[in-house]
Amino acid sequence: MKDRMQGRARATLIAPVAAILSFAAVLALAHQCARPARAATLSGQDDFVDYDSPLELLLSPDGARLYVLCQQSEEVRVLDASTFAVIASIAVGRVPRGIALSSSGDRLYVTNSWDDTLSVIDTRKLAVIATWPVGFEPSGVVAEGAGMRVYVANRISNDIAVLDAATGTDLKRLLAGRGASYLALSLDGSRIYATHIFPNPPPLRTGMENRTPPESEITVIDTARAVVVNRILLHAIAGVFHVALSPDGRLGVVAELHPKNLVPLAHLEHGGAFADTLTLFGADVGPPVEIPLDELERYASQPFGVAIAPDKSRIYVTSGGSEIVTVIDVPRMLRFVRARPHAQPVSFATDLAASANYVVTRIPVGRNPRGLLLTPDGRRLFVANRLDDTISVIDTRANRVASTIKLAGPTQISALRRGEQTFYTARYSFQGQIGCSSCHIDSTFDGLEWDLEPDGFGRDIVDNRLIEDIKGTEPYKWNGSNPNIPTECGPRTEMYFWRSQTYDDRTLTDLTLYIRSLPSRPNRWRLRGGELTPAQARGLAIFTRTVDKFSKPIPEGNRCSFCHSGPKGTSQKSFDVGTRKPTDNSGLLDTPQLSNIALTAPYLHDGSARTLEEIWTIYNPSDKHGRTNDLTKDELNDLIEYLRTR
Amino acid sequence: MMKGRAKAAFWIAMSTSLVAWAMVARAAAPRRAPGARAGSAAVQASSPRMPRYRFENFTTANGLPNNHVFAVLVDGDRIWAGTEDGLALYENGAWKVYNTQDGLAHRAVLSLALDKNTGDVWAGTMGGLSRISGGRIETFTQLNSGLSNDVVYGISVEGDNVWVATAAGGCRLNTRTGEWTLYNERDTPMAEIWTYTVSATSTKVYYGVWGSGVLEYDQKTGRWDKYDDPDGENEMVLFKDQGLIHEIVTSVSYVDNILWAATYFGDSRYDGRYWHNFLVKDSGLPSNFTNYIKGVDANRGWFCTDKGLAYYDGVNWAVYRPSLKDGKPEMTVRDAAGHVTPVAVSTAPAHNYVLGIDFQGDDIWVATAKGLSHGIYQR
Repeated sequence: MKDRMQGRARATLIAPVAAILSFAAVLALAHQCARPARAATLSGQDDFVDYDSPLELLLSPDGARLYVLCQQSEEVRVLDASTFAVIASIAVGRVPRGIALSSSGDRLYVTNSWDDTLSVIDTRKLAVIATWPVGFEPSGVVAEGAGMRVYVANRISNDIAVLDAATGTDLKRLLAGRGASYLALSLDGSRIYATHIFPNPPPLRTGMENRTPPESEITVIDTARAVVVNRILLHAIAGVFHVALSPDGRLGVVAELHPKNLVPLAHLEHGGAFADTLTLFGADVGPPVEIPLDELERYASQPFGVAIAPDKSRIYVTSGGSEIVTVIDVPRMLRFVRARPHAQPVSFATDLAASANYVVTRIPVGRNPRGLLLTPDGRRLFVANRLDDTISVIDTRANRVASTIKLAGPTQISALRRGEQTFYTARYSFQGQIGCSSCHIDSTFDGLEWDLEPDGFGRDIVDNRLIEDIKGTEPYKWNGSNPNIPTECGPRTEMYFWRSQTYDDRTLTDLTLYIRSLPSRPNRWRLRGGELTPAQARGLAIFTRTVDKFSKPIPEGNRCSFCHSGPKGTSQKSFDVGTRKPTDNSGLLDTPQLSNIALTAPYLHDGSARTLEEIWTIYNPSDKHGRTNDLTKDELNDLIEYLRTR
Repeated sequence: MMKGRAKAAFWIAMSTSLVAWAMVARAAAPRRAPGARAGSAAVQASSPRMPRYRFENFTTANGLPNNHVFAVLVDGDRIWAGTEDGLALYENGAWKVYNTQDGLAHRAVLSLALDKNTGDVWAGTMGGLSRISGGRIETFTQLNSGLSNDVVYGISVEGDNVWVATAAGGCRLNTRTGEWTLYNERDTPMAEIWTYTVSATSTKVYYGVWGSGVLEYDQKTGRWDKYDDPDGENEMVLFKDQGLIHEIVTSVSYVDNILWAATYFGDSRYDGRYWHNFLVKDSGLPSNFTNYIKGVDANRGWFCTDKGLAYYDGVNWAVYRPSLKDGKPEMTVRDAAGHVTPVAVSTAPAHNYVLGIDFQGDDIWVATAKGLSHGIYQR
């Protein structure tokens, strides 16, 4: 926070005094180090650009104020809802992600995903009055109607924290889906619906977990008892975002990704990578129904925000990759669903003709639209365009953008910003179907295994890897065939993913810059000061040992710390660790970096190990993946405790 | 030696999922409990008032997946039964069964625990530990997690921690951080690692170990202590009320700062300073062979034996079972003076071989080797 305030001070104290400028530059440098997605640009001209990156929107109960959660400037911007003049900017914690109002409107809650805290803002004073610790990477937040509890979805903890609204006491944690992220409260306050962005681990061990459809859920919480009472299963879904409920409580809708990762990624012309869909649930539809947003040549890539009109006539969905808002006619949609009676959950995800039955229009908006907000009368729809610092105001009767609010961020577009825009847009792929962030959700990963074309159909199934902190970990790809990011992300991506050659040199350079700039998020298992717990210290000793428990020397190439060497845990070389499958072209695999390895299950090149434990308990029978078979169970646990600190 | 043979015999029985059967034959032999004196009509009129129940029994005939019920858990209006062929949930008058195809770690469910805070149910099985949360099952095994062993005999939930008793030591899962901590012969005074039962609170955690007495973990200091049978491995009780009654501990229950401990050779109560032992010969216990014990509070407890279910109110005893002689429903009351009085009843638990109990208000639910019983309190 100090860094951010210093940054802001720099922005407002520019004066023609060289000394002051120098001082400001130093402060800004410090500021830069404290944030994600910041790096010096190639030219050096784009440093210290403070974008706002609006992510989510809220309206005060009286409709007078518009609260804009600005992720990159790490603040809540308070606007007059009529004139859009700035009333205040309230600094919050690092990388805020979720925002919610208490039912009375006197408290505003903001999750700070990198600080693992919740900022509590007094909306009369427009000031942070408390900061409460929550779980790992807090994301979505809601305050229940009775005002007794606040619920926070913790993305890394995979749970939902239940907080006492008066004291912030963390009362309990409810098991959520993996990557718990977004929450919505039913209008009557009796239920909370929670979604998650990574698929749940397969419950059964079959040996083919990496080739089974992903499963996700909508977690349903009874607010009276604060317990999970139901989980609405989302079959073949990985990546579930916002959820909305109709005022009458009879219709719920979630925005989601339906990956087609079990077939070779070679048929983009047939919509073969993802379906961008909604799942409808509730009494209006009976068993859940999955409906596509896509239509041939009109894709709705990366659906994120969703809202239902107060009169239930329309559903609005933002698509961050396609940069549109899709407008759905609810009565027509329900007719479509009811014309297809179903006793079990059903999916129409692959029917590219379906959406013509209920999509009214697709409204172009700004870059990477995310959160959206309907006014109580349903006449205006606000859309946060994260990557161009604007808010689109849509006239819902005309279904067009009536005006665009420019936030206070800088007008120039840095190379880093252009790279980020390239990363999140779907405009470069064939028919605008997918973008980098379709698989690297929020610049991370998706927890899925894919069958890519260059290796041959059905060959070399590969787990999608986290792309944070990858600078200095080249080569890339599991077989180490790509020596650098431009090769990884340039022609190869265009040919095998986009099916379109559209990057010019500057676009690729900017994209490379952005990817190389992605920092590693804070490690949640590492103690402050770098100290290790006793278990972690024992694990480190195992990681670095040179003799086994029988006092036999461990060959250098069979020590953990040999292949996983260096600050990022990779020697940047390939080894055969005995995990080759009959469908793999080679047993030689690039050594993956260990940065935040605890977050990135499943493991091994093809995702066959569901957990870190399985790497050694199942997939290392001959000690080729390090000498580990002499370890007792508690020693293996110690090793894993250490790895979680990397 | 004796202990070793007993352990080996029992392990074989468990590993083939025939533990209940093995003991049923023994329980079926009609034997009068030593030390009990026959009552009379005159005594019955002045016998202590002990709780009476009307038992409704569930078997495969009315929805249970299997009659071997190893554990029972009350969760409000819902009843969970851990059986040899799945985890059964009784709700709104119907049974729903979870099994391996649903993600359950193993079909044989040996132990159950409820996280009262979150409503999650934890099931210990012959093949791992499962968490049932809002209908979703998450399974932990020795291969995919830090769980020390897949044979999970006991579970206890304390705050965010799940304490587990396995065939290879105890362990603790911190559900917030995902960290597993293992407890075995390397870091505790555990002479054997066959932990059979665990009872955890915010102050103390007790493990019952097959052949290694009771281990006590102090949550504040992180130190372990150990309670053994003062006469060692002798099956005779040479030091009555001077310590744990036997090393083969099958069940512990820590409530109101009182430890209740069951063994196959009698039971014990420990208040932190004094021990009291319960044997058939000088209590109302129907058998020294006790599978499960559950304290109600500091003074009252339930004893699940191979010859019926017993309740102790601090002074008097009541036993509920089908008669060992003719199988007819039977209830007896033993007063402080040792007078045993029969009480006329028309129902009894499903079987003498009792493996578990839980409370639902004034009612009780009883796990037996031949069905699950609902004891409906009679006012």
